[in-house]
Amino acid sequence: MRIALTVNGRPEEVEVEPRLLLVHLLRDHLGLTGTNVGCDSTSCGACTVLLDGQSVKSCTVLAVQADGAEVTTIEGLSGTAGGLHPLQAAFQRHHALQCGYCTPGMVMAAASLLAEHPSPTEEEVRRGLEGNLCRCTGYQGIVDAILEVARARGGVER
Amino acid sequence: MTSMVGAAVVRKEDPNLLTGRGTYVDNLRLPGMLHLAFVRSSEAHAEIRGIDTTAAAAAPGVVGVFTARDLPELPPMPTAVPGLERPSLARDRVRFVGEPVAVVVAQDRYLAADAVAQVAVDYDPLPPVPDVETALAEGAPLLFPEHGSNVYLEIPLSQDVTAELAAAPRRSRLRLVNQRCAPVPMEPFGVVADWGPKVLTVWASCQSAHFVRGQLSKLLGIPYRGIRVIAPDVGGGFGAKQSWYPEYVVAALLSRRLGRPIKAVETRSENLVAMTHGRAQVQDVEVGFDDTGRILALQVMVTQDAGGYPADAVGLPMLTMAMSAGCYRIPAVATGCRVVATTTTPVGAYRGAGRPEAAYLIERVVDVVSRETGIDPIEVRRRNFLSPDSFPHTTHLGFVYDSGDYDKALRRLLEMIDYEELRREQAARREDPRQPLMGIGFSTFVEMGGVGPSAMMEGLGMLGGWESARARVNPDGTVTIAVGTSPHGQGHETAFAQIAADVLSLPVDRIEVVHGDTDVVQEGIGTFGSRSIAVGGEAVRLASLRAREKAVRVAAHLLEAAPEDVEVSDGRLFVRGSPDRGLSWEEVANKAYRPTQLGDLEPGIEVTAFYEPRLTTCPSGAHCCVVGVDRETGRVTIERYVGVDDCGVVINPLTARGQVMGGVAQGIAQALYEQVSYGENGQPLTSTLAEYLVPSAAEMPRFELDHVETPTPVNPLGAKGLGESGATAAPQAVVNAVIDALSPLGVRDLQMPLTPERVWRAIQAATSGGVA
Amino acid sequence: MIPAPFEYARPQALEEAVSLLVHHGDEAKLLAGGHSLLPLMKLRVATPSLLIDIGRLSDLRYIRDGGDHVAIGALARHHDLETSALLEREAPLLRHAAGFVGDPQVRHRGTIGGCLAHADPAADLPAVVVALEAIVVAYGPRGERAIPARDFFRSMFGSALAPDEVLVEVRVPKVGDRRWAFQKFNRRSIDWAIVGVAAVESDGGVNIALVNMGPTPIRALETEAALRRGASPSEASALADRGTEPLSDLNASAEYRRHLARVLVRRSLEQIRG
Repeated sequence: MRIALTVNGRPEEVEVEPRLLLVHLLRDHLGLTGTNVGCDSTSCGACTVLLDGQSVKSCTVLAVQADGAEVTTIEGLSGTAGGLHPLQAAFQRHHALQCGYCTPGMVMAAASLLAEHPSPTEEEVRRGLEGNLCRCTGYQGIVDAILEVARARGGVER
Repeated sequence: MTSMVGAAVVRKEDPNLLTGRGTYVDNLRLPGMLHLAFVRSSEAHAEIRGIDTTAAAAAPGVVGVFTARDLPELPPMPTAVPGLERPSLARDRVRFVGEPVAVVVAQDRYLAADAVAQVAVDYDPLPPVPDVETALAEGAPLLFPEHGSNVYLEIPLSQDVTAELAAAPRRSRLRLVNQRCAPVPMEPFGVVADWGPKVLTVWASCQSAHFVRGQLSKLLGIPYRGIRVIAPDVGGGFGAKQSWYPEYVVAALLSRRLGRPIKAVETRSENLVAMTHGRAQVQDVEVGFDDTGRILALQVMVTQDAGGYPADAVGLPMLTMAMSAGCYRIPAVATGCRVVATTTTPVGAYRGAGRPEAAYLIERVVDVVSRETGIDPIEVRRRNFLSPDSFPHTTHLGFVYDSGDYDKALRRLLEMIDYEELRREQAARREDPRQPLMGIGFSTFVEMGGVGPSAMMEGLGMLGGWESARARVNPDGTVTIAVGTSPHGQGHETAFAQIAADVLSLPVDRIEVVHGDTDVVQEGIGTFGSRSIAVGGEAVRLASLRAREKAVRVAAHLLEAAPEDVEVSDGRLFVRGSPDRGLSWEEVANKAYRPTQLGDLEPGIEVTAFYEPRLTTCPSGAHCCVVGVDRETGRVTIERYVGVDDCGVVINPLTARGQVMGGVAQGIAQALYEQVSYGENGQPLTSTLAEYLVPSAAEMPRFELDHVETPTPVNPLGAKGLGESGATAAPQAVVNAVIDALSPLGVRDLQMPLTPERVWRAIQAATSGGVA
Repeated sequence: MIPAPFEYARPQALEEAVSLLVHHGDEAKLLAGGHSLLPLMKLRVATPSLLIDIGRLSDLRYIRDGGDHVAIGALARHHDLETSALLEREAPLLRHAAGFVGDPQVRHRGTIGGCLAHADPAADLPAVVVALEAIVVAYGPRGERAIPARDFFRSMFGSALAPDEVLVEVRVPKVGDRRWAFQKFNRRSIDWAIVGVAAVESDGGVNIALVNMGPTPIRALETEAALRRGASPSEASALADRGTEPLSDLNASAEYRRHLARVLVRRSLEQIRG
């Protein structure tokens, strides 16, 4: 089946079989290997991308379901003048990554979280990340990075 | 120039990882590459009567389906018990669910998965041996009949402390379970093997590219120069990626046979049964003590469940035994172990590898002593601590603790938690039945870092315990340091640059650290056992020092001064007292390659250092966990987690904290959430991350951390290593806290994981008159 | 990780979806958000030969004021429910519970229709709609059918939907002025409930529906009756596990589930009574 979608602002047309998972479309067909696969039970969130602006686990979306949609992956999240996005810069400042494997999914989940909750409490941030597992950091740096970005955007921490 | 050692430098590794430019094995795409998938045993224990690959071989996109019979050249897996061999593909018998039985090679992973489903294996089931009780029972089915028992290894008690135990005014017995855990690095294991006309190249998600090359050379019978191993970005390891896996030789040999690169990357379901598990120990402990809380005698018998084949778990109890006395001076200590075969996934090293098991047992013992004597758990610890002047301290098995000041960390911890106030709050909450029961638990731990002296490491199957670094000053003044460690998240590219920056007096961003490629990096040992800073860092320091010495000689020649009069500071080399009479580092670096200007000096600045640690170092610390227990449901909530660590000199406080937090998170996870479970038939019950409960940010508390420093005398850096400390400290802090919360109800003991139901049952049993 | 191969159809309208169901019967499954079905297919536990993707039928995605009820289109996502001001006003129990399904990514995709049709007794929304006495509307070749929630969940993973029917709407009575409680007890916040309780005041009493205490959501009828007789939350909740058939599994024993049910029901009643 032929599908057409926009990925990181670029139109793409691909011939796919119905069972192709969106994450494999991105990684294997479009060469966007930033999004990682960490599990097979929709648990870990390493594969998180934005689908029409909302975070989804791309391992549990068929490529055919993304036909006509806009997908944003970690490669499409850049900052001003192509530098680091504020979330990426904050992640670095707060040592919110170690091995980096969960990081693309974590950053995309964080972007979606802040879009829906511009001024989250710490608890809201932690619950907002319940679908993203990290084995390296213990999460504190990640939480602090997200809270810092929220504050910088003018969100008031309650 | 301010010192870089000790500075919270943000990581150089991050920009690539944050922008999706990681180079994990599964990202690799080579022309003509094929995908490998294993057919894995669905039986825990069975003979293989036959394997029918015909349908699979004819499936779309399949290039070949192979069994052990089709690959006679396949070498066996390395074994910890000579004679008890594990073939890389099962031949006649399987001994755990998940053991590879056949292999499919196809055009892509989808077609490979389809073909795997079409392979029909005819099993003749044998009675399963799902746990140690079954394995040791009279008449138990034997995994290796020719071996005569299910005991891979037995070490009798190191001494007889019966008299000391009998003479002790008080005695207590404990049975402690350190349950089987799965390491779950976020990136499952994988390799790509490309056997070309001259060289076999293997990309591997491993913890030591050099170790893998050495093993491949031995197993495949080809010389080192014919093998290149590359560890690209590795998504976590935690000790389990130091284990050997069948993918290495199977992918390599199939690449040779088919003349194509082969990618073998496991799924998470496979990872949960195929990657070596961790912990899986039971300890039977007897302790003798007196009314003042002094521990007089300790006897520990470790039973290690090693799984279906003898892998690295066979050596782990020795580490547990060596550390059984923890931070304490105990006059009579006896330890022994037996390592048992069960029809389960083989067990290997997992963050701490035998030492968290020791810290858990001794810290639980100390709390028992506290409870039985009525003496505060802090006071009991203090009465038994090895004093700061005890070091070097030789333990009962001859293992030496290099240095330590356990009370220093404890004092800082008590300041941070305001201990008296906590106890007051606890007493108040106990009176209010609507409040969760509050518990305070401590863990003062010591463990092994900077492993280790080569004599010890050779015993563990390594080439040695040294580490190497090569410093090359490039003609443009940048420095490239090739180090033999092989990180998987630890931030070596930044920390090692900081060490070199101080020696060379250069900015961190002028120093590039490379690792994980046997073609680029001299022979090395790798990253495990909290060794990278303590051993690798020292090698980096030494190599940087030698490079600096050469640069000084070049500058001295150019400045017509004696080398001892040349200073290096802030990117310049100059004659002491006349800073304007000097050269920039870049000038010196460039001229170092121009013999016309060097007189008799040999051109070039490229030096290598191999550093052999004379002792293992012993990081330590004091952690505290405060919990609330819901009296009705048994749910445990962590209200506070506070930790003070002593890893000696801290190179980068940002990454050091990160290591502690990650380790503590795994320790808390073991205490409250994780357990690998098998059914009676040996079938794994926790086969996805929906059943194996790795906690998220929503489950984790905030950590309050600090550190104290007692530099180690073992290396000039003064660094002890830190990577495994958090996992060694945390489980008992949590468990001791929960028992503390429930002890007024009469609960004396609890086993991990402290599921709500388990805690509820303990409360029920205690309050209905029984003793839990 | 990789589903077995299947055929795929994307009907442009509901009628087309129905005819495909009629034509293919058991071999076909409907695909809405896919977050109940796709995980099963990836583990090859489910292997339908045809997926009928109705996820794009935007006519079925709405939350509307229906007069005496709130009409929720089957394709409304959990996130839509969680953020609905209308639901917050008229059926806050449902709005609140929707925020506990899975995780944020799952809530962006999963639909109420898919969730109810899947009829997993460990899921939250089936118990919630039972407590709210909602009506589930099915559409098939025989036309539309309104099924009370209490009759909709027949067995574990078995709903009252005929193989050729599509769940199209959920009608939730307006209960904005009624007090309610929702208790979900799990190990990690992403996990299914070990036991859950959805409770809401009704005429003369409280409706209490239990999650994961049997093959379907179960009303704690004896507790409800006791309350009507004037029993206290403590007294009434002691009966909460009557008529339930909880399983023992890796997460909990049946005995512990029974205990939890009693505790959580009591806490729900205390919350409602204030």
